[in-house]
Amino acid sequence: MMLTTTILFYVFSAILLVSALLVITARNPVYSALYLVLAFFNAAALFLLLGAEFLGLILILVYVGAVMVLFLFVVMMLDINLERLKEGFLRYLPLGLAIAIVGVLEMVAVFWTAPIGRVPAPGPIPANADNTRALGELLYTHYLYPFEIAAVILLVAIIAAIALTLRRRPDTKSQAVGKQVAVAVRERLRMVDLRGPKP
Amino acid sequence: MLGHYLPVLIFLLIALVVGIVPLILGSKLGPNRPDSEKLSPYECGFEAFEDARVKFDVRYYLVAILFILFDLEIAFLFPWAVVFDSVGMTGFLAMMVFLAILVVGFIYEWKKGALEWE
Amino acid sequence: MLFFAQIVAMFVTLLVLLGIAGFLVFAERRVLGLLQNRLGPNRLGPLGVGQALADALKLLCKEDFVPPFASGLLYRTAPILVAFSALAGFAVLPLAPGISWAGDWEIGLLLILALSSLHVYGVFLGGWSSNNKFALYGAIRAVAQLISYELPMGLALLALVLLAGSLALQGLGAAGQPVPLIVYQPLGFLIFFIAGIAETQRLPFDLAEAESELVAGYHTEYGGMRFGYFFLGEYLGLVLIAALISLLYLGAWSGPWLPGWLWMLLKTGFVIGIFFWLRASLPRPRYDQLLHWGWNALLPLAILNLLLTAIAAALWGTL
Repeated sequence: MMLTTTILFYVFSAILLVSALLVITARNPVYSALYLVLAFFNAAALFLLLGAEFLGLILILVYVGAVMVLFLFVVMMLDINLERLKEGFLRYLPLGLAIAIVGVLEMVAVFWTAPIGRVPAPGPIPANADNTRALGELLYTHYLYPFEIAAVILLVAIIAAIALTLRRRPDTKSQAVGKQVAVAVRERLRMVDLRGPKP
Repeated sequence: MLGHYLPVLIFLLIALVVGIVPLILGSKLGPNRPDSEKLSPYECGFEAFEDARVKFDVRYYLVAILFILFDLEIAFLFPWAVVFDSVGMTGFLAMMVFLAILVVGFIYEWKKGALEWE
Repeated sequence: MLFFAQIVAMFVTLLVLLGIAGFLVFAERRVLGLLQNRLGPNRLGPLGVGQALADALKLLCKEDFVPPFASGLLYRTAPILVAFSALAGFAVLPLAPGISWAGDWEIGLLLILALSSLHVYGVFLGGWSSNNKFALYGAIRAVAQLISYELPMGLALLALVLLAGSLALQGLGAAGQPVPLIVYQPLGFLIFFIAGIAETQRLPFDLAEAESELVAGYHTEYGGMRFGYFFLGEYLGLVLIAALISLLYLGAWSGPWLPGWLWMLLKTGFVIGIFFWLRASLPRPRYDQLLHWGWNALLPLAILNLLLTAIAAALWGTL
């Protein structure tokens, strides 16, 4: 059983790495997004192998089910002109490289200071462990404050999304049923006296 | 640990096989006689006017963004619903505050008419 | 040896599911015929049952056609994704206590929700890769509809999870013994039912393939067995939703005299019958009305339902 787990781990990680590589090398952004979906699925499988069932399935629910759908909406429908995008490639290269170097340095710093290999490995998971339950028991008591901050961040995101994308379009001919029903005779019908002045 | 998933994993693999085999069968059994009319996009009898991939109203993106946010909210709610009994009053109040903050967002969306399609 | 027997049994399960989907296509045509005062397919076999087989054979023998303007790989993958996501859901669905491929996996409900997000991809890729305006419009509509109705569905389920204290489908089914959960969750049931119809994209919520405006929606350019897969996916989704409704709300396997699994099947059949009936009776709304209801009626109702359930559970305890 141990061996199967190990084999599965290497299979999933290999697919994960290859698809992550394909995300940045694929020519068509739609394919990039789909490789990212594949990468998320394999990451979820790795979570499952670790026994983190809840995290694994939530990763699929939130990232595959919601975030990547938005990505696909954008890359499929925004009519992106690839030629024009590639023109700016060299101009943004220094900035991109700088960000990449900062990222790498940060990762090195984390590895340097993190107690990897120095903390004892966690013991075996008890047979009846339910990690959704364990997560819930910590999240709503011990990590209460960060949890509420997450709510505020979500609120800010809702407001920002609406403020950025919502615009009334004056040229649409929409139908306001309420207004139609509320119309009174006097507003629509003008009685004109056609008899004229008496001779 | 793995013992739990193995049946599911195998079931999924078999489902995939069952999903693919009829397709292969179909491609073997069916005829293959392409002609130029068959090979053009369907468009009510017209020649196609322009590229099929057109721009869409920004509202569709707004739907997707709002879906992400509310989906995250649901992701937070699931463990809470499972442990409702054991986290007691603290957990209950924590979630009420969480929901209250998000209902503010929902009311904002409602008042702004962000999802009123005109 | 046991392992081998299991695999064979899984094969049989899946084939039976495909058979049920094919049969339902026929059954629905007969029921609609009945309700619309006409005959429906009645030529092949007793009552016309042979029609199901004939349809399957016809689809198999149609030309396997990939339009040259389509994105070939995605065009081929999309129908498989749709059929797979519908079939895979049955891996965790229990028929009776202990009768389920996944055993009492704690997290089965989430797996079903995750698979429904896979279904979105099948629809989306099918419509986009066809490179056809009708298909693309259908796909965009379908995706916006699917994600809009997934939220109230998830929230209605949360109220159940709260009452049962479990994410396992077995546990949720057991929570409905002896009193079906619809008694505690009438509003939640209604929300789940409506969202369920929207998720399977059946009439009255089939705006993604509304024939009168979008030809056939996201599968306009599909034909033969590939088209059959979208069809199959729709009917398998219907069975899955109906089974979930009977498992979660209608007391699952509880019932007198008959064995539990038979009750589960009977209830599922009953719900499917209601779906057929609704299809014959209700007109299609406009697309903006559909999204409006989802976001501005069903979603607040679902949040309200969850809040009320939580308060009631805090006062009087859970099940």
